[in-house]
Amino acid sequence: MKLIRDTWLIYERSMYLTLHNPVWVVLGLGQPLVLLLFFGPILNSVAVSSAGFPPGGAFNVFVPGLLIQIALFGAAFVGFGLVAELRYGVVERMRVTPLSRAAMLLGRSLRDVVILVAQGLLLVLVALPFGLRIDPAGFVVSLGLLALVGLVMAPISYSLALMLKSEDALAPLLNGISLPLLLLSGILLPMALAPDWLQALAKLDPLSYAVTAIRALFNGRFADPAVATGVGLMAVLAALAIVAGRRAFARAAA
Amino acid sequence: MTELMVETHGLRRTFKGRGKTVEAVRGVDLRVAPGEIFGFLGPNGAGKTTTLRMLATLIEPTEGTALVAGADLRREPGRVRERIGYVAQGGGSDPGMTGRGELVIQGRLFGLARKEAERRAVEVLEALDLVEAADRTVGTYSGGMRRRLDIGIGMIHRPRLLFLDEPTTGLDPQARAHLWDEIRRLRDGGATIFLTTHYLEEADALCDSLAIIDHGLIVAEGTPIELKRAIAGDVVTLGLNGSTDGALNLLRSAPRVREAELSDGTVRLYVEDGDLALPELLRLLDGAGMPPSSISLHRPSLDDVFLRQTGRSLRDEAA
Repeated sequence: MKLIRDTWLIYERSMYLTLHNPVWVVLGLGQPLVLLLFFGPILNSVAVSSAGFPPGGAFNVFVPGLLIQIALFGAAFVGFGLVAELRYGVVERMRVTPLSRAAMLLGRSLRDVVILVAQGLLLVLVALPFGLRIDPAGFVVSLGLLALVGLVMAPISYSLALMLKSEDALAPLLNGISLPLLLLSGILLPMALAPDWLQALAKLDPLSYAVTAIRALFNGRFADPAVATGVGLMAVLAALAIVAGRRAFARAAA
Repeated sequence: MTELMVETHGLRRTFKGRGKTVEAVRGVDLRVAPGEIFGFLGPNGAGKTTTLRMLATLIEPTEGTALVAGADLRREPGRVRERIGYVAQGGGSDPGMTGRGELVIQGRLFGLARKEAERRAVEVLEALDLVEAADRTVGTYSGGMRRRLDIGIGMIHRPRLLFLDEPTTGLDPQARAHLWDEIRRLRDGGATIFLTTHYLEEADALCDSLAIIDHGLIVAEGTPIELKRAIAGDVVTLGLNGSTDGALNLLRSAPRVREAELSDGTVRLYVEDGDLALPELLRLLDGAGMPPSSISLHRPSLDDVFLRQTGRSLRDEAA
């Protein structure tokens, strides 16, 4: 009970701060929208004349990928906000209260997930006129999967922020992790088009399973084993990330 | 007698960094009585903040035990956290939040219902003269206002014990005096205040009792008056030209001189009846052909206490 109350308190405070300085929310959404508008139409022409493109229109391949991209980049960089909070002394101040350590992580992550889902909804609404055809039930589950990806990335980002305590150290590390994750996940183009060695490498990228799952969901193929694999894998990783993140918050800072 | 608010035994903390260990705090015994302003005085790096952070449950002691606000620091850190307030040197408020917002959330973190926290926030805002700034973001506050808000955040849940780490560092004299008044008012309201400082004037004017820490060890403790009295007599400071060794030996054997020491080219004498000793000392040095270039007499200050205990002047460091 206390955990839920504390999580809500931290969520409320974080959300207040985010909504009063929404630069990151807008920037985070800007890139996928640009890709959708300037890259989507080209992809559409390619898809028509290319074998090996997965079923569904180009936008049914592309938009799910963009959703995962929002989750990846949106949540991967939340650690920056925490570095600032560390510098302001906010984290230390709250450590000397009865506040649950897990709530410090969960409250912030919940804020990140809510923003993510809102961005996902907006992106899909914008994509509909381009010819995205979407299975409504599948879309709802997709948003859940999106939230799970956020719950993997945000705690990792927070843990790294608590460890490194500096934007200068955090930026190259997060970029170094997220760019290969992004390219290997088949977000921009399906990995089916890639040479074999690259496809083998992509199998090591957990996000590629999330992307495959979300594409199946968009087309309403719930029975596709990729759905269970993607959702299951993300759930396990999210649990691990939350455990690690909680520990990072609990560990007394030197 | 009532239970002590803070009692530590052999509190110790070492930090391990690349290949070397640093002993920041090397066995500290402290006793803080309820209802007093306790000052923890020492130069930068002496171990003040490390001790404070241990007592506030932020870092674990390497060794030693402590009772803080009636709870065992090592076994019940959660209970300690419920009973204390802690204000870090840099504060702990977010520039994007309003003062009121930070106070309300802090109250709720301590379990107050929203309505209750809002009511309490108003009380604190009034007490700290922040009502007009309550709904502005903290980023727009002056240094003094911000420090007052941080203290307000630390006391929102009416803790019995409030830790303040260097509360007035960086404030102009007026803001500092204002803050001293606030701290006294908190004490008069029944709270115990544990503050660190490297300002001697602050320790002297504000604190009911003091401990001086240097290189991780307590070197003196008592009330400011006791500490100063411990340096019995007066202090004479002499500037000398030429050979100081000869003069030092001569001065040591002079009547009324209890102790003589040399630091940075000036001689400090701890003497009885300074007003009588002064002319005698002058005659003595003149007779030996070593007239002093300067001479002064003063009552012992906390700086003398510090200098006597550590061989260094705190004033030089603070400057």
